[in-house]
Formats: sequence, structure tokens, C-alpha cells
Amino acid sequence: MRERLYPLEELNDIPGTKVFTAKGSREAYHLHKFCMSLMEAANRDAFKADEQAYLARFRMTEEQKQAVLDRDFNRLIELGGNIYFLVKLSNTDGWSVQKAVSSMTDLTADEYAAMMRAGGRPADGNRSIREGN
Amino acid sequence: MARITAGIAASHVPAIGADNDLGKTGDDYWKPVFAGYEWVKKWQREEKPDVVILCYNDHASALMLDVVPTFALGLAEEFAPADEGWGARQVPTVFGDPDFASHLAEQLVLDEFDLTIMNHMDVDHGLTVPLSLMFGQPEEWPVKVVPLAVNVTQFPTPSGNRCWMLGEAIAHAVEAYPEDLNVQVWGTGGMSHQLQGPRAGLINPEFDNAFLDQLSDGTDVLRAITRLEYMREAGTEGIELIMWLIMRAALGPKVEELHRFYHVPASNTAVGHIVLRPS
Repeated sequence: MRERLYPLEELNDIPGTKVFTAKGSREAYHLHKFCMSLMEAANRDAFKADEQAYLARFRMTEEQKQAVLDRDFNRLIELGGNIYFLVKLSNTDGWSVQKAVSSMTDLTADEYAAMMRAGGRPADGNRSIREGN
Repeated sequence: MARITAGIAASHVPAIGADNDLGKTGDDYWKPVFAGYEWVKKWQREEKPDVVILCYNDHASALMLDVVPTFALGLAEEFAPADEGWGARQVPTVFGDPDFASHLAEQLVLDEFDLTIMNHMDVDHGLTVPLSLMFGQPEEWPVKVVPLAVNVTQFPTPSGNRCWMLGEAIAHAVEAYPEDLNVQVWGTGGMSHQLQGPRAGLINPEFDNAFLDQLSDGTDVLRAITRLEYMREAGTEGIELIMWLIMRAALGPKVEELHRFYHVPASNTAVGHIVLRPS
């Protein structure tokens, strides 16, 4: 076996973070196909008119569909999603990217915006679950 | 002979594009961000580059779903602004340089960089926001653009060191092009930011400022930063900084720093901008 700079399990040691991988990308393929379909105005209109009917066109899992309906971005990321696909959904809703991102934290959109204006979330204490630094 | 006259790095936050297009450049939140790019806008009017090799990442607009290229070079005559879910940005079509881009593709593959060649591709805010920051709101972009899309989203991305080596190969490829062209290389994205999960909002000014310093005098340190370290220190999206290393390596061993700007925040992101001249 070749030596690596670090074991890949280390990717799971970053607090509050899920690293997007080829495996996740595959699991979320149909979810992502749905997200990218929202790059066309006619599809955005169809989705807004009847979300469930529109979602039925895609071979997504029921969990993924429910998380879309709930706009539960943390859950969508757990189910393989990547934020750059998911913002197509929040853009369709007219949300700012900041509002979409803030919805994954324990802050309200206003609290999150205030945190960012104050310099953002510090790296200290947020680097490693194991080291607690 | 073509020559690389400058390297520029700039963040490509989508909200910068939206607020540029909506005329919000003067409001209290955005004023300091746009003010940071006033210097380069004036400077570009004197520099008059012919073509920009623009390192950026596609944000699930043209790539990432069906094909996930590590490095993809755009060879088309033109690249249309993508509709990212709220209508395409009302910015000019981006014109390519197929002759120059074909030459680059040929040379880089000969140099063992197995690029993907894009004969058709829409371009999203990752490419058009830096153009707006450099040139404002013209009727037509004053440069041709060779897009170089880098996978910075799906692990494993190329390493920072691999990006560095690609930049070195780009320098050789440009030098071997017979036409007299004034070429700039841009690295976009960054600086620290994380757009996902409970850790979203991460900003690390110490890491960012050290990175800016080391672009001049510590490139060996930058080349050694691992993907894991980028994500821990600068956020999962902060790893976009590897694209700055392509730009930096294309400039050769020594550079003069002409301008620098750093500001927190623009939306979720630490904005960094630097202008370097090969010396």
C-alpha cells in the first residue's frame, strides 16, 4: 500500500462538515439533476406550481424529496448533496446564498449575517473534533 | 512571442455579481468591497491585456453533474453566462481565443497534464464576477478569455502542488506561442469560507494573510499545504485557493507585489485580491 500524507478518515474529523466525495456525488446524482433543472425558467415555474409533481419526474429517494420539500439543507448534504447544486433551489426560492447557508447553522439568518459582519466564525475551536482546537 | 505580464487573484462571491448588476456598489455593506477593486480597474486600462487565462471553478452550472473534470480548458469562440437559478447575469458574452487555447491544450497535454477540452460551455459567476471586478460594466469585455475550470469541490481535488506544476507548464506553453500577446493569468475564488453545515461562516484572517504574504516570499510553504489543511483552516470552500497557485506559478520564481486588498465579509466569504508582476 502506498503511503498517504494522512488517513482519509481525517476528513471526518472537521467539526460540522461533510466533505463532498465521488461517492456522495453518485448518491445525490438525481437530486443534483433536479437542482440543475432549475437553471431553466420554465422548470422553475413548473416546480413552484406543484413541487411534489415536479419532484416525481426525478429518480430521487423519498428522503431526498422530503428534504427538498422541507428545504432542509443539512439533511440534503447528509444525503450526498453539495451546496453548489443546492443553491439552485434556494435561488429559485429567491433566497440569498447567505440565507441558504445560514439555514444550516444554529443561528437565524439575521444572527448569521451579524456574525459575518463581526468577522465570521473563528477557526479556533473549529479545526478538529479530536483535538478540540 | 506571447508573454505573461501579470498575475491577479480575486474572490468570485456570487453576491458581488448580483450587487454589481443591481447598482448596489455604493451602499454601506458593499462600498468597501468594490472600493478594493478601484485600483485594479484603473491599472487594467493602462495594461490592456489581450487575453486572460482565467482559473476558476464551475459551480454546478456546466460541470460537476455528468462530468467532473479535474482540469478543463475552454476552446470555444464564445462562452455564454449561465442561468444559475435566477436568470443569467446580464453581462456580455465572454469571447474565447480558440487558436491560443488550442495551443495551450496541445502543449499542456504534451507536458503530461491530461486536460479535458471543452468545445462548448456556459460560464457562471466563478468566471464572470472577476471580469466585473476588473473591468466594471462595459458593453463588451475588453479581453479574450481562456477559461481553465478546476475541480475544487469534489474530493480529491488536485493538490496545491499539482496546481503549481500546471502553472509552471502554462508559463512554458505561453512562451512557446509565436503571436505577440499580452497575457494575464488570473486565479479566482477564496479566500477562507465555508458554505455548508453547522461550521458555515468560517473565516480565518491569519491563514489568509499568511497566504497573501507567502505568494511573494514563501511559495514552497504554499505548495505543501494539504487539501485537509485547506479545509480545516480555510473552510471546505476555502480550498479554492489552490487555483491561486496556478496563477502564481505561471509568473516564475520572483514577483513584485503591485497591489493587495483583504476584506471581511462579502456575504459568507473573506475577500482577497492581489496583483503580481513577474520580476
